[in-house]
Amino acid sequence: MQTEWIWGFGGGLMIGMGAAIYLLGNGRIMGASGILGGLIDGSDRTKERLAFIAGLVGMPLILSLLLSPAPATHLTGNLSVVIIAGLLVGVGTRIANGCTSGHGVCGISRFSLRGIVATVIYIGAGAVILVFLRHLLGLI
Amino acid sequence: MRMVISLLAGSLFGAGLLLSGMTDTTKVQGWLDIFGNWDPTLAFVMGGAIVPMFFAWRLAEHRRPLTGGTFPAPSAPELDRNLIIGSVMFGMGWGLSGLCPGPAIASISYGGVGGIVFLLAMIAGMYAAPAVGSKLDRAANAA
Repeated sequence: MQTEWIWGFGGGLMIGMGAAIYLLGNGRIMGASGILGGLIDGSDRTKERLAFIAGLVGMPLILSLLLSPAPATHLTGNLSVVIIAGLLVGVGTRIANGCTSGHGVCGISRFSLRGIVATVIYIGAGAVILVFLRHLLGLI
Repeated sequence: MRMVISLLAGSLFGAGLLLSGMTDTTKVQGWLDIFGNWDPTLAFVMGGAIVPMFFAWRLAEHRRPLTGGTFPAPSAPELDRNLIIGSVMFGMGWGLSGLCPGPAIASISYGGVGGIVFLLAMIAGMYAAPAVGSKLDRAANAA
């Protein structure tokens, strides 16, 4: 659909404004894996992390009640795939010290070499997985 | 003040993820699936998000954060093994599911049982990450 890229760009601007407010206000990089991971590691700024996650969960909850049709994730029903994928995303983003928001949005906008390389690698790995498991093996 | 900023930033992030379609795994897998019915939306989202952050980094030069402290220093332009291995693992999980950490958290209220299972597995992975990281270091030192 032709309007999808407009929603994509507009939503992207909102994500970027959230990241900009977090950086200029709190002096921190808005990375989803880092903010959640810090809670798990017992790092400092627990209340700030919880406030951020409250907004990240709460605003989509409110919007999902107002939007028609209601949003859906269309996540695969194969729970083995879901569990393996969740474990890989959790371990991988913490070892690499960032995900799509931290390395992608915040890193690339700063011309960070680590952010750019990480983004190229995780997009590449995702594309390779889909070629193998969807097109060659027909598993997902 | 820092709490209000965090809540506001998280709310904007969550709204943007939902409205841009990035909590819909078919759109994310559609972007990664270059041999399927390719969907360019993710590139517009990423491009849109980078614009305000580009200006934010310019504004941050020679200034301090609103609530005090300092801005994060640029990371050294060094590519270590963990950055590469971790990004490969993350990309594999992202491709398999179409979910990365932000959308996984943002969609928890409407993502059903699968979304909750994914988030719990992701949290378990984050718990395990330090042990996996040190195991990788030992393996590399032994080699």
